[in-house]
Amino acid sequence: MGDSEEPDREANEPHEGPDYRSLLDPDTDPAELLPNLQPIRLLDRNGQLGEHEAYPLDLKDEDLRTLYRHMVVARRVDREAINLQRQGQLGVYASCLGQEAAQVGSAYALADQDWIFPSYRELAAGIVRGIDTAGMLQLYRGTWLSDYDPYEFHFALMAIPISTQCLHAAGFAMGARLAGEPVVTLVYFGDGATSEGDFHEASNFAAVFQAPCVFFCQNNQYAISVPLSKQTHAPSIAHKGVGYGMPGRRVDGNDVLASYAVTKWASERARRGEGPTLIEALTYRMEAHTTSDDPTRYRTREELDYWATFDPIARMEKFLKGRDLWEDRFAAAVEDEAREQSGHVRDQIYDAPHPDPEELFAHVYVEPPPHLERQRRQLQAELAGGGEPAPGGGDLEGLVDAQRREVL
Amino acid sequence: MTATVTMAQALNRALHDEMRDDDRVLVFGEDVGRLGGVFRITDRLQATFGEERCFDTPLAESGILGTSLGLALYGFKPVPEMQFDGFTYPGFEQLVSHIAKYRNRSRGTVQLPLTVRIPYGGGIGAVEHHSESPESYWVHTAGLKVVTPGTPADAYSMLRQAIQSPDPVVFLEPKRRYWMKVDVDLPVADPQPMEQALVRQPGTDVTLVVYGPMVRTGLEAAAAASEDLGVSLEVVDLRSLNPLDEDTLIASVRRTGRCVVVHEASLTLGMGAEIAARVQELAFYHLEAPVLRVTGFDTPYPPAKLEDFWLPDVDRILDFVERSLRY
Repeated sequence: MGDSEEPDREANEPHEGPDYRSLLDPDTDPAELLPNLQPIRLLDRNGQLGEHEAYPLDLKDEDLRTLYRHMVVARRVDREAINLQRQGQLGVYASCLGQEAAQVGSAYALADQDWIFPSYRELAAGIVRGIDTAGMLQLYRGTWLSDYDPYEFHFALMAIPISTQCLHAAGFAMGARLAGEPVVTLVYFGDGATSEGDFHEASNFAAVFQAPCVFFCQNNQYAISVPLSKQTHAPSIAHKGVGYGMPGRRVDGNDVLASYAVTKWASERARRGEGPTLIEALTYRMEAHTTSDDPTRYRTREELDYWATFDPIARMEKFLKGRDLWEDRFAAAVEDEAREQSGHVRDQIYDAPHPDPEELFAHVYVEPPPHLERQRRQLQAELAGGGEPAPGGGDLEGLVDAQRREVL
Repeated sequence: MTATVTMAQALNRALHDEMRDDDRVLVFGEDVGRLGGVFRITDRLQATFGEERCFDTPLAESGILGTSLGLALYGFKPVPEMQFDGFTYPGFEQLVSHIAKYRNRSRGTVQLPLTVRIPYGGGIGAVEHHSESPESYWVHTAGLKVVTPGTPADAYSMLRQAIQSPDPVVFLEPKRRYWMKVDVDLPVADPQPMEQALVRQPGTDVTLVVYGPMVRTGLEAAAAASEDLGVSLEVVDLRSLNPLDEDTLIASVRRTGRCVVVHEASLTLGMGAEIAARVQELAFYHLEAPVLRVTGFDTPYPPAKLEDFWLPDVDRILDFVERSLRY
């Protein structure tokens, strides 16, 4: 190459021949879809509020206090869940410690009719939605696989396989668009999830169908032990948006106000029919991946200490104090609610009745087919202590006896 | 008025009639819109019902099935098409981990009335990955219903029933029979529920269990057995692979005392294994011979020039019928 002629970078005249234009509408410059590497931040570490032209805050004092309250309650219930796991009451638990602002801010930005599609770490988002957190924790207790009605809270079932829920959110949003209803979906997933095919397929479907879907990635820096640098070589996760023709935005995920404002912007443009957005919320998982994980094997004390200085709750507390929105009475009320909620969760989990074994068969199909009915009777007989379990299930021996009588 | 209808036309008519009768029914997948599907099963549905009810999707099977779940959760009745059997596997996780389990996980609060249409099976000289019989995967998955028609009339009625079912259904279409013609009145009056098996031809000596593409082969075998061997085969068309209609199956085996199962899918852990297990559990004292299985071999589906050696045909069925009769 060396001395060869430089290509003329100025020349952007259409070639003769086929149409090589962008698939975006002619007014949209693909560069507008790109994020800034510096995340959008409204609240700095000292609780000072900045302004952002594109992402104005429309929150009243009461909203600001509510955001804080949800975060404190989430942190306390989260701590309680870890304790319950240590006490043998939960099989495992995936903590959201440190990610409260990303979840609370984004969930609070949605309208009541909007739907949330969680992964398995979204306790704080569930609290915003008013779900009984004890119901969310039944999955981890192993009582049942969920214990809340998705239609009541507009909160889909938690998804443990990685990124699969992105497609459910995209499909649901496609449905809202087809129905012509002003419903938006928001899907939570992690940085690791962006390596999965379903994240790609969901982003692509949502963009092609201009579905009102907000992709909210909580980039908490690790997928169990694997750092983001081993998941992607893209400049950032938000940069992936341009590949689908949707805007990508980076937001400080430890800033509850920025998380709120950017999600509000994305959800409103979705509601206006302007399609999906990819939001990358930069945050940090302060706890282990789950209670089964040992993060000392892959990250340092110094790193944790550094991120602790960005704590979302401390930041919001400083802000409220600076705004004269902090009074002892408010602090006491928040403390009361946190104590009450965590106590409720502890009681509900300790007192949760053992599930009825026959429920195994109750929900698989609308009408249990005959073979399941027979297997249910087999279990019933086992529970009643009657005889050996028959290999094919149910009263098989009775059937065989009847045949024997018939034939012999 | 009775008309000559192919299975492809019957399926198209079923989709049309369900879309006409229920606004919530959506048909989508790869090439199903303007083209009408590579097998033309969705022919003219987009022209009739518009691009919102019948639409092309990006080329991504997990995407098609995963968004189907979201659409069903919203309140639609999605009828996604998988273009070919061998291309269903990218959507495996959505089907097995989510669509099949969602109702159970939600403690019965969420229904997912969706029907996944999959053209399946061989015998059309297709290129690799276009002739597979993956039914065992879906039958093994609790929460899915799996049905497969063997005639144009069943194709029509069963597809309509599948779409109306509140449970997710895998609807397997025997693609080598798409062009099979019969004279039939559509809609069929009083169709049999899709969960029930059907005695296609009564007989006395051996029960021949078939489904999907092997229904016709089984009936041909029955004719040949009668003519060449003087043997009377009772041909039982399962129609539903999950749930299995044990009553019809077992009643037949108790009459004949012998059972031969036929399917294109490979032998090991195929439907034949389950049929054999159920028959020996439920009709042990009536059996005169072990249950035998006439199937594809335990090899990958072969190249087109070899598929006639691989697929069960009348000769292979008759060999196994004779073997059964030797006990």
